[in-house]
Amino acid sequence: MSRNNPSQPSPNAIHDSAEQTQFRAQVAAWLEDNRPADPGFLLPQTFMEVGSEPVLDFLREWQHRVWSAGYLGMAWPKQYGGQGMSRDFQRIADEEMKRLQVPICFNVIGLGWAGPLILDNGSDYEKEKYLKGILNAEDIWCQGFSEPNHGSDLGSIQTRAERDGDDYIINGSKIWTTMGNYAKYMILLARTDPQAERRYNGLSFFLAPMHTGGITTQPIQKITGEYGFTETFFSDARIPANCIMGEEGQGWRIAMQTLQYERGAEAGAAGGISILSIVMDDLIKMAAEIEREGQPLLQDPVTRDNLVKFMIEEKALQLAEKRSDIAALCRDYPNSLALSGKLRSTEFFRRMRQHALTLQGAQGSLYVGDKDTIGGGFWQRAYLNNFSTTIGGGTSQVQANIIGEHVLGLPKD
Amino acid sequence: MTRTANTALSFSDEQAMLLESAKGFCGDKSDSNAVRSLLKSESGYNPGVWNEMVALGWTGIAIPEQYGGFAMGLGSTVPVVESMGRYLLGTPFIATTLAAQALLRGGSEAQREKWLPAIVEGAVGSMALLDNEDWGAKLCGVSATDTTAISDSGILLTGKKLLVADATVADFFVVSINHGGNPALAIVDASQLGAGAISANTLIDETKRAATVDFSGVTVSPDALLPHSEQALKDVRLIGALLTAAEATGTSAATLDCIVSYLTSRIQFGRLIGSYQSLKHPTVDILLQMDSARSLIYHAATVLDEGPVSEDAEIACRMAKAQATETLLFAGDRAVQFHGGMGFTYDCDAMLYIRRAQWAQHQYGDAQHHRLHLAKLLLD
Repeated sequence: MSRNNPSQPSPNAIHDSAEQTQFRAQVAAWLEDNRPADPGFLLPQTFMEVGSEPVLDFLREWQHRVWSAGYLGMAWPKQYGGQGMSRDFQRIADEEMKRLQVPICFNVIGLGWAGPLILDNGSDYEKEKYLKGILNAEDIWCQGFSEPNHGSDLGSIQTRAERDGDDYIINGSKIWTTMGNYAKYMILLARTDPQAERRYNGLSFFLAPMHTGGITTQPIQKITGEYGFTETFFSDARIPANCIMGEEGQGWRIAMQTLQYERGAEAGAAGGISILSIVMDDLIKMAAEIEREGQPLLQDPVTRDNLVKFMIEEKALQLAEKRSDIAALCRDYPNSLALSGKLRSTEFFRRMRQHALTLQGAQGSLYVGDKDTIGGGFWQRAYLNNFSTTIGGGTSQVQANIIGEHVLGLPKD
Repeated sequence: MTRTANTALSFSDEQAMLLESAKGFCGDKSDSNAVRSLLKSESGYNPGVWNEMVALGWTGIAIPEQYGGFAMGLGSTVPVVESMGRYLLGTPFIATTLAAQALLRGGSEAQREKWLPAIVEGAVGSMALLDNEDWGAKLCGVSATDTTAISDSGILLTGKKLLVADATVADFFVVSINHGGNPALAIVDASQLGAGAISANTLIDETKRAATVDFSGVTVSPDALLPHSEQALKDVRLIGALLTAAEATGTSAATLDCIVSYLTSRIQFGRLIGSYQSLKHPTVDILLQMDSARSLIYHAATVLDEGPVSEDAEIACRMAKAQATETLLFAGDRAVQFHGGMGFTYDCDAMLYIRRAQWAQHQYGDAQHHRLHLAKLLLD
């Protein structure tokens, strides 16, 4: 399933300098020339869908090629595998990757979270050791924050890290570890001081080697039937004490700092696209091929009304990003747009993708693997996978509590 | 299918200052007591407040300098109208702004010179468009008999217009008529109306005023017709949708504040009721919907300019109207429910908001009307 209008220039292209215009054209030409051939399986929409070795190998090879061409880590220092250029060039490269809908750069925890953190806070040794492997996809990174029974509440983390000589001994378990079974390193949040007065102060942050005795992973089969996450178990796993980032007890603060990086190249991330977006144009294209009651589905008034409702919502989402930069138009509840973005967008996509299956008629009951599916079962898989966004990173219901309490000032439960 | 690609959104320092001063002014002049004191009045507004608004220059915001206005553009009326909606400030501002836009977009030089400077100085105009309840119908119900050929006396009008805003205080009307089978716009001076021609409606929204106006028997000269009627009619209907959306969004903000204030002060079963998720989550929904409406109205304000309404601007106005009035319908409805028994009383301000919601949804086309037209623009 390819995305809408790759022939349309990126909307930001009009702001390019002469040098940037030339660069944009050069990236676009390279991407067109090097776009991988159809691998024979549905490409992952996100880095949370790397569920098999062929998919992993395909994405690893692609990211390595993008990096070799000089289009990844462009703003990171040269000595660590980057290009030492301004962030604008990475932004432009990302915009072209998005526009041309090439495959994702999948090592997202490294590129977007661990890498920028190491660049900002790491020692020269750590930068030397970790950064290049993140960019060239040799070292896959995963994240160990969430735990079973404490999905949305990081403050309650139970996994223990006890200092023992030159090591920490880790015990406990993590869940929803993306690519846990393929990762070489994990950014790990664990409790070093169970007695700390405030529970957030008892946490520490580690760059933990996954190939360590006592660390095992168990792949989780998702509702799609595919894999992509693991549960990760620590049983007296010894990791070197110098794996700690910052000081003991600073884990919460560092974890929060880490979460800020994922907002794109401007925030320090290495770049590359981490998701292939699905937009209303894609749904309309799908609907345009369908007939119902002997006439094109797009002539059906109820369908038309529903599609327009989604289009209004999509437009409002796009505009929200712009309005959040205009303080004068955000005086009522100044942090509203920032705190509600996740809830609004993930719920919109959930409903929109479900609606796609409804519009497919009987074909909506087919699934990936059936030769008669529309788009290879793209919409079916996308709908089911979307729950990772309405559940992960704080469920929609928790988000609504956060907005109610922190934006509107409503009392806690 | 890139017809939704325009996401332009900008807001000048000038507009920001206007928004702040309009919010302050409307808050000062139109608190709940002031609003309630006007509910039974004939005109629905305080003439002193209207005169102050005229003195502030608001009636000239979107009028070019050559007619005595300030040429700040139609986009600058949006923050003013949003602020009026926030405090339910009743005035003929929207009606007059629309009449002025009809003249600017479709009028002759003589028509503009006669009326636009007067509007800047506080004259009231109103659009007389509706023939029945249907905003989707061709708006040309007043039939015109052209008598110029026989007597030079002009064009004789026959018929009524419904829900003409602020009709009792209007100095002139811009009336859609059936002129030889085509819709046209004609200017009628209020003094031309016969006695008893204006019959005031009893409206669900007691802060608003509208009337059925009978234009039968009025004769206008041919130069009372707007030379570019069709374009003006199309544009004014879209601008009317946007201004109604802006006003409704202000009212949604007030409705939300009213709900939040109750949810953070009312205790039931030993807890502040805002702690219950059954009230908290729908209130968050109101916030999110209001945020969408506000983004859409200021997007429309950004893409509208002085020329004929572009396709992008038409899409923006229609989306804004569909979103903003549905948001207010939801907010007003929940405001009454969440106030419990108090919400069922006339004393509770939720009453004002739920009634405004019903008015706003039907001004310049309801949400379904606009989505029907959006479907043609976006899907065909």
